[in-house]
Amino acid sequence: MISELLIISVGAILINNFVLVQFLGICPFLGVSKKVETATGMGMAVVFVMLCASALTWVVQNYLLVPFGLEYMQTIAFILVIAVLVQFVEMFLQKSIPSLYNSLGVYLPLITTNCAVLGVAINNITKFGGVEMSFIKSIVYGTSAGLGFMLAIVLFAGVRERLETADVPEFLKGMPIVLVTAALLSIAFLGFSGLSF
Amino acid sequence: MSSNNKPSAFKTFLNGLIKENPTFVLMLGMCPTLAVTTGVINGIGMGLSTTAVLICSNIVISMLRKFIPNKIRIASYIVIIAGFVTVVEMLLKAYVPALSESLGIYIPLIVVNCIILGRAEAFASKNGVIASMFDGIGMGLGFTCALTLIAAVREILGAGTFAGIKLFGDSFQPMSIMILPPGAFLTLGILLAVITAVAKKISANKGGTEK
Repeated sequence: MISELLIISVGAILINNFVLVQFLGICPFLGVSKKVETATGMGMAVVFVMLCASALTWVVQNYLLVPFGLEYMQTIAFILVIAVLVQFVEMFLQKSIPSLYNSLGVYLPLITTNCAVLGVAINNITKFGGVEMSFIKSIVYGTSAGLGFMLAIVLFAGVRERLETADVPEFLKGMPIVLVTAALLSIAFLGFSGLSF
Repeated sequence: MSSNNKPSAFKTFLNGLIKENPTFVLMLGMCPTLAVTTGVINGIGMGLSTTAVLICSNIVISMLRKFIPNKIRIASYIVIIAGFVTVVEMLLKAYVPALSESLGIYIPLIVVNCIILGRAEAFASKNGVIASMFDGIGMGLGFTCALTLIAAVREILGAGTFAGIKLFGDSFQPMSIMILPPGAFLTLGILLAVITAVAKKISANKGGTEK
């Protein structure tokens, strides 16, 4: 059981990294990675939302959609759950942990349209060769996917901070050099694909 | 309102296709752009699916723009978009199962494609139905063209084929890195650099002749 969970976790963090290998959540990855601090905040918010989202969507899928034969409503149901969840998290943090709320700022509502969160929910249902994911496994997968996102965005922000002072050719300035940097980081993560179990 | 916009319908269309190309200029909808461009067929399929959703959602949101309360507009847009995405998903599964299989998770993820929500917020909620439709067509085709271009570069270099047809002889050694994830970032980065360089040259030439 433990080893199974560990495999899921390592797989989601390193081998099938959500950002650099599966291309989910690219928008915040490119948009919110100018500074390590904000990248860390964004990463933590995503980890938390993914943890809750994978738990909630699992319940919705198995106790609401499947018993009533409504699987085709998956996309609509999941996006609504995620939107409501993000709203609640926002309200909860504002009331109880204002310091974290303030540091996350505008990034919190943006998580609704982060495709990595919806990706986790859908992957939980459809991936793994149609094998039913248990509740615990879904949560572990969601959390690890979030941690993978955080790892990628923090690493990338570190590189981009250095890039600020680098001497970049005129036509590569701005987005192009950022994407080329992402390509190099992605090559590094490709190395993990040898880690098969 | 729509009669006022009629003369500019073509302009709206061109605006989405070239001047405000969603991929190369606005940098929206990066996830599908990078993920599905391993082959030309996938790129075109994804582009057209997104276009269909974009046109439908733009039309409906523009029709309902006076009835949706301002406070819950984002939630309403997402529900409308999700409805159309579900329709497209079911159609693809029924008529082109192979494409549906290879696009996989990225079809339901059209819901969170920032292009669609972005156009709903920036254009359809403020303009008439006809103009919104042309905006949807222009933006959608701009996205499709960008996807096809990236996919063509990646497929030709990475597999030596174009839409599945072999282009080179047996001695061609494909650069498989181009169809692996890093190739997506690299291709988009270099294409963007080329476009920036060309655009700068054009504007410099224009400035030169005017002087």
